[in-house]
Amino acid sequence: MAEKKHQKVLGSLQPDVEDILSWNDLPEGSFEPASTQEKASFIQDRKSVSYWRDAWRRLRRNRVAMVAMVIVILIALFAFVGPFFVPYDYDEQIRGANNLHPWHYSLEDRAAQDPEAAIEQARQEAAAEGRTLSRLEEAQIRAQIKAGGASELKPRLFGYTDEELQRKANGEFVFPHVFGCDMHGRDIMVRTMVGARVSMIVGICCAIIVLVIGALYGSVSGYCGGKVDAVMQRIVEIIYTIPEVLIILLLSATLKPILENFQNSGNGPLQNLVTILGPNLISIFIAFGLLYWVTMSRIIRGQILQLKQQEYVTAARALGAKGGRIIRRHLLPNCIGQIVTTTFLQIPSAIFTESFLSFLGMGVSAPMTSLGSMCSDALGGLTTYPYRLFIPAIILSVMILCLNLFGDGLRDALDPRLKK
Amino acid sequence: MAKYILKRVLMAVVTLFIVICLTFFLMNAIPGNPWLSEKTPSEATIAALNEKYGLDKPVTVQLGLYLKDIAHGNFRNSIKMQKDRPVLDIITSMFPISAKIGMIAIAWAILIGVPLGCLAAFKRGTWVDSLLRVVCTIGISMPGFVVATILLFLLTGGIEGLKLFPTAFDASTWKSYVLPCAALGFYPMCYLSRQTRTAMLDSLGQEYIKTARAKGLKNKKIIFKHALRNALIPVITYLGPQVAFTLCGGFVVEKVFSIPGLGRYFVMSIQSRDYPVIMGTTIFLAAFVILMNLLVDLLYKLVDPRINLSKGGN
Repeated sequence: MAEKKHQKVLGSLQPDVEDILSWNDLPEGSFEPASTQEKASFIQDRKSVSYWRDAWRRLRRNRVAMVAMVIVILIALFAFVGPFFVPYDYDEQIRGANNLHPWHYSLEDRAAQDPEAAIEQARQEAAAEGRTLSRLEEAQIRAQIKAGGASELKPRLFGYTDEELQRKANGEFVFPHVFGCDMHGRDIMVRTMVGARVSMIVGICCAIIVLVIGALYGSVSGYCGGKVDAVMQRIVEIIYTIPEVLIILLLSATLKPILENFQNSGNGPLQNLVTILGPNLISIFIAFGLLYWVTMSRIIRGQILQLKQQEYVTAARALGAKGGRIIRRHLLPNCIGQIVTTTFLQIPSAIFTESFLSFLGMGVSAPMTSLGSMCSDALGGLTTYPYRLFIPAIILSVMILCLNLFGDGLRDALDPRLKK
Repeated sequence: MAKYILKRVLMAVVTLFIVICLTFFLMNAIPGNPWLSEKTPSEATIAALNEKYGLDKPVTVQLGLYLKDIAHGNFRNSIKMQKDRPVLDIITSMFPISAKIGMIAIAWAILIGVPLGCLAAFKRGTWVDSLLRVVCTIGISMPGFVVATILLFLLTGGIEGLKLFPTAFDASTWKSYVLPCAALGFYPMCYLSRQTRTAMLDSLGQEYIKTARAKGLKNKKIIFKHALRNALIPVITYLGPQVAFTLCGGFVVEKVFSIPGLGRYFVMSIQSRDYPVIMGTTIFLAAFVILMNLLVDLLYKLVDPRINLSKGGN
């Protein structure tokens, strides 16, 4: 039969109805009434899948984005929870820990290295045998240790100061300096944690500021259209062409002392807020927020221009909704995917800029630290202490990389139309 | 077209003016004054110095005077860092070094990045594509100073016996330029190759490529003559902001390799509150960036006549 059909289709456009007609010839009793249970299960209840659940489902399938997310969470834990487990402070100068390497030599090894100790031991042995140690024997022991000792000294993991090694030998638990200490004897691991925390806070806060300004500006500009839009877009164009790095450098230099003055001016809630966050961080937020909202506003404006032609907006307007309500209730929720993605991708870019500022010495100021300023500090002793540069640099790069990868995944998940 | 150019030039001038005013006010808002050094001068000295350099007048008056001066081509003299040396003189002596490094960096970024992007698009889905994608994603995630310092560490003696390049910058040998240019061009190279890949994939999927293929054209001709030309349009748009970015990357690279360039000098001038130098370098750098953006916009129009710029330019 299949062959026959095939031929028919090839041969003529007329549908083959002969066997269709015979389908109606049904034997008696081939139908039976459905039971109530069957009726109930016929309409299967499926939970309606919300937008976010749907996006999460797509995101979960993206392996790269998930790995990136896990790494970002790990770094966030390292940055925010880590400092609670380490007994050192980021600005605590540990005695005797200046320029401590992230490795140590155990006390026993060193004792074996010390010729005086060995001689002392030999002297005691000799005394037990009832004779004194001759000069010749002493010299022999010294020569022996000098010749063979250097290669025996094996570096062990993590750094300890001498004092800490003594305490450790006494059975106390001493938290090791995993990454060593810097030139002032400050624990590098804690500083890395605090630096990563600063970077993350800067990233998130800047993204939020950019989101608020950009969404407001973009939606008003897009919704109003006409002259308002033209004027607002000219302003955007001007800000767009301003070389932002120059202005950010100037702004952060300007705002920092102003905020410090403000912080010292009284004891109000605002002043306390400044104290908690630190004036230099806030100045970075402001500098960043003032200049980087432009891209966000452009994207949102573009979306709103498209959306406002839709029928539901006309319907809302016909029902008498005001502009603000239409923007809040109808337009912005409909471009939420774009907004979330752009905001998220703003985080790595803010971290990028902050590290750049700190590296030039314009970001957070001492004793507060950030990954950028740690890299900058490490420049001086690069050949002797390369790990001081590599540790913060690697964490910074991995953080930005994973945030970028996760942001890309988020974009694909939230807006599958964009996926190529 | 003429109307469009005029409009853009006007916009550029307005932007420059705004940058000048903004910088002037910001700069004056930085607390502290140029006269503070190890020993604090007396009140009377500060007052006298302020009067001498016109810093005692209100900021708006100062701005007016300054604008008048630069309208006459007078960028004033440095008041602190290189005392009494004309700012214009400082800029013209330092900018060539920065410009040279920046140009070489951009040039190699284009020359390597665009072909790599084409290669990735053409070998889509193979290991070449994956490898390039990994390298480029890592490349755009590493801040410039990380790339620069790692290069500095690896190739100037950090590893035993591997001292290929000098540590101290010396403008007379080409060797001193290799590392800064490599570090500065790495990010744009990765970014360009990503952009080119996307654009190439887009244009390789177009109908006219199919037509060209159906007509029996060679692969090479299709890629270079038909696909690449169209793919380059979005790449060119990116070049304008890239100049600005290279500039900002230049600050870092100049710091890492201790190059006596303009970017480093600008950062130093902010830190020491040398007002005329801050103003002079800002105006110069801003004008440069704005001019580059303008040129790229005009070039854009020239490359792709389909774009109608007079309608808002979006």
